[in-house]
Amino acid sequence: MATDVTERPAPDVDEENAGYWDSLRRHELALQRCADCGRFWSPAGSFCRWCLSDRWSWERVSGRGTLYAFTVVHQVYHPAFREAAPYPAAVVELEEGPRLLATVDCAPRELRVGMALEVGYRDLPEGFTLLAFRPVTGGTR
Amino acid sequence: MNPRGRYAVVGVGNTAYGKLAGRSAMSLSVEAVRNALADAGLRPADVDAVLTKAPTSNFTMLWSAQVAQAVGIVPQVTATLDQAGASNIGLVGYAMWCIETGQCHTAVIVYGDNPATGSRATYARPRGEGAAYGMFGVPPWYALIAQRHMHEYGTTSEQLGAVAVACRKHAAMNPGAQFQSPITLEDHHASRFVAEPLRLLDCCPISDGAAAIVVTSAERASGMRKPPVYVLGIGQGHPAWDVPYRSTLTTSGAATSGPMAFRMAGITPADVDVAQLYDCFTIVPIVTLEDYGFCAKGEGGAFVEQGRIALGGALPLNTSGGLLGETGMPGMQLIVEGVRQMRGECGGRQVPDARICVVSGQGGVMTTHATLVLGKEVP
Repeated sequence: MATDVTERPAPDVDEENAGYWDSLRRHELALQRCADCGRFWSPAGSFCRWCLSDRWSWERVSGRGTLYAFTVVHQVYHPAFREAAPYPAAVVELEEGPRLLATVDCAPRELRVGMALEVGYRDLPEGFTLLAFRPVTGGTR
Repeated sequence: MNPRGRYAVVGVGNTAYGKLAGRSAMSLSVEAVRNALADAGLRPADVDAVLTKAPTSNFTMLWSAQVAQAVGIVPQVTATLDQAGASNIGLVGYAMWCIETGQCHTAVIVYGDNPATGSRATYARPRGEGAAYGMFGVPPWYALIAQRHMHEYGTTSEQLGAVAVACRKHAAMNPGAQFQSPITLEDHHASRFVAEPLRLLDCCPISDGAAAIVVTSAERASGMRKPPVYVLGIGQGHPAWDVPYRSTLTTSGAATSGPMAFRMAGITPADVDVAQLYDCFTIVPIVTLEDYGFCAKGEGGAFVEQGRIALGGALPLNTSGGLLGETGMPGMQLIVEGVRQMRGECGGRQVPDARICVVSGQGGVMTTHATLVLGKEVP
């Protein structure tokens, strides 16, 4: 039986970004926020991206954002994406400032830079959760 | 001290380009060095610095020392620089510094690689969390930039295509180019999407090959076999952060690198006769032309239309075919072509009376950028 058992490559989870990937698993998107300057940053790191403070905590964010940039990938680079292609990949700008790599749950032709999005999650059989933002109906921020 | 005109390129050399099965990165590198030394009329013993960009298919420690051994040079200076496609110009700057401070007098800079027939693991490797979202290789990341440029400035696929058409036209005039057939805008439009908005003909090939240059002081350069081609200006600018996180996708390191190099050279874009701008994807020269000030921000798409960047146009671009047409090698071929244009060696693709050439290099996903201004004489 020709079953495609190829798995999606998993993200590299390490001591710095585990808090991020755990927050996706819980469906409660969280980013690091600096206790000194108050800003959020991404991707994860041991020191504040803006003031290099090491006083910070994981904090849940609003989940509201806009589509900053996107592509629709046609080329099949990996067997796990054969059926999905062409599929969207996106950079989403959160209301809090940071941008995140994500996918968007809509038809590729509906993607528009600036469209309003709200956070969603895609739990994969491979055992990790991805960000899958959803369009907010009628919204442009 | 302004280094303008104090250093010169006195030799250039390259191998064949394309699929060169059975040729190692080292074998190709040695051949390019041999050809560059012959062009300069120098023997290996006349060279006392060996500088390299590491082969992307074969990251290895002390690569420049290995190359020195293979070409029979016991140098005063070796170094391998990691700025990806900006490294070759970055190494010209390092050579200038080492000559200026008396650490060496004549440097060979070489890049050789065989990702087409050897390993291409570097090109296909997932970047961080990208793989989980299906962002493999390089094109999808440049696609984000191209799409954002289209959004902000109304750049069109036809304008991207104009870059590919010009480069392939020039490649067809270069017997050493990998692609010998010109293409039309219709061919570009008919080519399949790789990652929207980038089509196959927006992307350079992955190629085997090597190229090398010899850099020395202007004093030593006079009286050598070929007329010196002077380094008038050099600069760099590195946005550095990964694509999702940098402040803008549509302005590159060229915005600081270009003006830095032009200021050193004492020129403006209007003084440039011919340009060799890094073109791994068609969007890149469009952004670079804007950032260098050849046109206003957002007008790069219109700038490349109407044959303006083809031979015979106002600013002939990538006269050997560039990455899109000559070979996908990350950048050394652009310096080689710039030198040949300044010498007037380019036959049917020679830009008449060309005296100033600007060359760009950039690497990663517009992660690094470097600029080199070459001159037939010191103005």
